[in-house]
Amino acid sequence: MALTADDVNQIARLARLSLSENEAESFAGSLNGILDYVQKIDEVDTGGVEPTSRVARLSNVVREDRVEPSLSTEEALSNAPDKSGEYFRVPRVLEINE
Amino acid sequence: MELISKPVHELIDLLETRAISSEELVGQYLDRIEQVEPTIKAFITVDREGALEAARAVDESRRDGKAPSRLAGIPVAVKDNICTKGMATTCASEILKDFVSPYDAYVIERLRSAGMIIVGKTNMDEFAMGSSTENSAFFPTRNPWDLDRVPGGSSGGSAAAVASGEVPVALGSDTGGSVRTPASYCGVVGLKPTYGLVSRYGLVPYASSLDQVGILAGNVRDCAIMLGAIAGHDPRDSTSVKTERVDYEARLYNDIAGRVVGIPRECFGGPIDPHVTESVYAATKTLERLGARVQEVSIPTLQYALAVYYVIGPAEASASLARYDGVAFGYRYKQAEDSVSMFMETRGRGLGPEVKRRILIGTYVLSEGNYDRYFRKAMQVRTLIKKEFEQALEHCDVLVTPTTPTVAFRLGEKTDDPMSMYMSDMCTVVANLAGVPAVSVPCAKHEGCPIGLQLIGRSLDEALLLNIAYAYEQASGFEIEKASVV
Repeated sequence: MALTADDVNQIARLARLSLSENEAESFAGSLNGILDYVQKIDEVDTGGVEPTSRVARLSNVVREDRVEPSLSTEEALSNAPDKSGEYFRVPRVLEINE
Repeated sequence: MELISKPVHELIDLLETRAISSEELVGQYLDRIEQVEPTIKAFITVDREGALEAARAVDESRRDGKAPSRLAGIPVAVKDNICTKGMATTCASEILKDFVSPYDAYVIERLRSAGMIIVGKTNMDEFAMGSSTENSAFFPTRNPWDLDRVPGGSSGGSAAAVASGEVPVALGSDTGGSVRTPASYCGVVGLKPTYGLVSRYGLVPYASSLDQVGILAGNVRDCAIMLGAIAGHDPRDSTSVKTERVDYEARLYNDIAGRVVGIPRECFGGPIDPHVTESVYAATKTLERLGARVQEVSIPTLQYALAVYYVIGPAEASASLARYDGVAFGYRYKQAEDSVSMFMETRGRGLGPEVKRRILIGTYVLSEGNYDRYFRKAMQVRTLIKKEFEQALEHCDVLVTPTTPTVAFRLGEKTDDPMSMYMSDMCTVVANLAGVPAVSVPCAKHEGCPIGLQLIGRSLDEALLLNIAYAYEQASGFEIEKASVV
């Protein structure tokens, strides 16, 4: 079933992405084209096949729990769009219940 | 002395014998950049003063007999998705336009400790998503062979910079062909190493199970020298492999007698231009003349590689790019009244259309009810592709295919049709899905534009892959000319 502009807006909300009306329309068209194409993987028989999520032949990589030098607070804050002392500052997150 | 057209291995000799200074060398390249940049537009940032200062410091250390490495004093350009401390790293995106990384990527640490001179950061498709560099938020880059055509992408700036003689060598990144496609379109050598051979620490992620730092160079030998300079284990990338150091340059024996070259039947026909097919077959004749045994092979799942890539790539991208929320770095939409609308508006205004498209596809294929049908299924097909590839590479030393279906296309030709743009990657994505190394070398020209030959090798056997590419390059006589457009 083809995606509509409303579906695209719903996906965009999940991705925290604001879209204009035009964008939602135009993405609906291109997304349908791409999903149609990738559908061809359905032709492959994958019964009993393990999925591959990584190609390097590695198991869990761990290291000793040791304190090492890392970015200073000043460096970490150097690109902050807004800050207050040693903190990133953002608009209100919680509703105030009076 | 005119230094612009000389390969890195000759420049090394000239610097080591002190026939030239690094300041002189870097100065010539900076002048060349000034001359051609208004036309080619390969760079987002050029650091003239910093480069000259670093060159003078290398000259001084060399005078004292303390040059940090053979590569000390050689200029290099870096794709703008590789973090450089103190120099902007924009990923060609509005959302990172003013971002200056507080740390160096692993590969940048390696270049700096080798004494290489970073002259600037190159243009690319935004967040490495694209095959033409037209998705840069700032400006498109032109193909030095034909200014009406694209340089390929996403590492189009790095490829165009090498092809037009703005730098002798450059770094790029390759998630589905982003080093090899522009190498093919611009007539240079482009290597995507084995997944895990080069640390991704400080490479801005697009799709982490596919991303790899790669090299754009004027010839195979220079590529081998550069690989030696950036390969190695790094504990800060948990997928970095522990391997022994290899002297890739010393392994270019030029003897490939008895080597088995496989031609995957599935990589021909369809959208592949007959001129490209003809050139690749002519290249296999050259390999045969050198004593290689050429045979056709079949890799049936290859026809699904692009579809698998366009599920897995966007899925991983939708997760990787969640970090661009306006909180800790990058652009923020400042008029938002609450955090959620800040996230939405920051991302909606800061990201370009192709990036949004891939985030949407990725979010969709990972959403409830679609995960098994798309994402898990794609990962299963990936397993089969990888297995068939490994089987083919058991009896073949290398597989050869076209790098791209056609020569470089014209600017604007595919911007309205994402699916036709994606098809440019049909021959390259498979090396990323399987994690194996692949290199593109120029093999012919059509309509005045270069055609690339792709060689795909065994995991972690870059030495053999580069040796076969080297033998071909030496025998083909297709010496890489510098594009003389400008």
